[in-house]
Amino acid sequence: MNRQSLNRLTPYFFMAPAAVIMAIALFYPLLYMMFGSFRAWDPSQRLNETDFVGLANYTKLLRDEAFLESVTVTLTFAGTVVVAEMLIGVGLALLLDRKIRGMSVLRTLFILPMMIAPVVVGLVWRFMYHPTDGIFNRWLSALGLGRVDWLGDHALMSVIIADIWQWTPFIFILSLAALQSLPRTALEAARIDGATGWQQIVHIKLPLMAPVLIVTFLLRLIDAFKVLEVILVMTEGGPGLSTEILALRIARTAQEFRELGEAAAMSNYLLLLLMVLTLGMFAFTRWQEARAQRLNAVKQEEG
Amino acid sequence: MANTSQHDRQNPAFYALLVALIFMSIGPVILLFVNSFKLDVDIISGGSGLFFLPTIQNYETALCDILWYEPEHLDFCAIRFGGAFINSLIIALVSTVLTLIIGCMAAYALVRFRFIGREPISFATLAVRMVPPAVLLVPVFGLWNNAFCIDNATLVGGWIRDVFGGRGDVCLAGTHMGIILIYIAMNLPFVIWILQSFIVQVPRSLEEAARVDGAGPFQVFFLVVLPLIKPGLAAAAIFTFRIAWNEYLLASALADRNTMTVPILIVNNTSEFNVEWGVIMATGMLLAIPPIIFTLFASRQIITGMTAGAVKG
Repeated sequence: MNRQSLNRLTPYFFMAPAAVIMAIALFYPLLYMMFGSFRAWDPSQRLNETDFVGLANYTKLLRDEAFLESVTVTLTFAGTVVVAEMLIGVGLALLLDRKIRGMSVLRTLFILPMMIAPVVVGLVWRFMYHPTDGIFNRWLSALGLGRVDWLGDHALMSVIIADIWQWTPFIFILSLAALQSLPRTALEAARIDGATGWQQIVHIKLPLMAPVLIVTFLLRLIDAFKVLEVILVMTEGGPGLSTEILALRIARTAQEFRELGEAAAMSNYLLLLLMVLTLGMFAFTRWQEARAQRLNAVKQEEG
Repeated sequence: MANTSQHDRQNPAFYALLVALIFMSIGPVILLFVNSFKLDVDIISGGSGLFFLPTIQNYETALCDILWYEPEHLDFCAIRFGGAFINSLIIALVSTVLTLIIGCMAAYALVRFRFIGREPISFATLAVRMVPPAVLLVPVFGLWNNAFCIDNATLVGGWIRDVFGGRGDVCLAGTHMGIILIYIAMNLPFVIWILQSFIVQVPRSLEEAARVDGAGPFQVFFLVVLPLIKPGLAAAAIFTFRIAWNEYLLASALADRNTMTVPILIVNNTSEFNVEWGVIMATGMLLAIPPIIFTLFASRQIITGMTAGAVKG
């Protein structure tokens, strides 16, 4: 082999390990699952021994009340969590965007909840929500108020609160970074024109931050559909089906009910949803970049 | 503003808010830490929670299978956290190292070379970044137990079984390698994509200078490019390690008694009606230590990784 053809092969050498591993352990499993979702599939069978059932798994799910309940719970959970986190996170970022001593320490402490294992987060919150020994109920009874059955009567809300605790810092940190990279000139100009703090936020800061905020929103929304361990440890999906999000339902359908075909169809629904969100994000950033380029081009022509 | 280099003076209410925020964000972690040193009696009855006799008994119970002495309060070692800890460590470290090596090579190829198949690979990598573990559960469970097995009637399978023991076919499920493989595959898209943004910033002229001096493409990569993207590697390493270390679902589907990781153990021990809070909190604390260390010492890299994620969706 001469040097030139060796050079031409270089990118493939670099790419090969990743391509092989992703092909066998990511893309093949995904295709395998799509294939399996059209079959009556029992864990004891090999996939090629199973019967083809067409769309039966999918249509059965659409009539399955437990599945529909779980979809509702998932959407409620993801929607509430992301909106609340956006409001609190962006609000805090606007409030704390000042030169204060120890900002880096603050950010470090804020990251902590995100880095700790979801299993451990679930564990701590389950303990804090404990009906008699948990910290919340102790405080409530110390204040002379009645106890709240956090993980019983208000399970979904309690799970949502725990997620807000864990992930608001993510939005806070991203929007703080966006705020601090805003062009100082625009803010300066507004201040000279006598804009109040509130006007600056509404008319200048938020519109300028919008691209980052939209991407952050989508990233967080995608992640909110992946949450599993925290809820598993806190409530195991209960009581009843009140906190059984889709990811948990898939795991239970596969492991407890041993309906692999149905679980695969369910996974496909989830995957489809996430795919739409991801492509939406992808399209949005492409559009953003194109717009930035156009603006640059215009600016250069004028300059 | 006259003195921009100085910190602004703030209203006391502002500092009160800061203190409250800090308390809220680390309070639960401190609660975990404190309770892991309490006996169950103190956890259940303990009034304000700060006056108690700290004990390491919980840690002894949790780690009883790898301690060099026998804790006196135990007559039977029920929770084998030590072994799980070692499993977690092996799986997380090996998968992080492999993901990084494989990932940065791929990222380099995608950034620096024009080749057939570049666009589709790049797009596919981006598209599968969001695949949740729950979606992979069914196929991985099926494949790792059936398709990715070496039949023990074949030469290789028989040899492996003779050497390492065991019954039936030789499968990926139940081995460290099986869990590591899926973690690498799961993390690769993210790592490739985040390293791309760092490699783009390496000036081309440096690489060309090295090439003029007679370095081959691999030398250029390992000796010139890699040292320059260390911050990116650090960020990618932390995120990969975090996922491999914390992941529960896929590990629980693939692990057997001997390859169990710590999160599985925690979930198994909390699903009982009577939770032994002290021991389980000590276990949780041990699981939380590596991420806490990363956060305290590499928060800048973590923030870089996170912001790169949002700014360049």
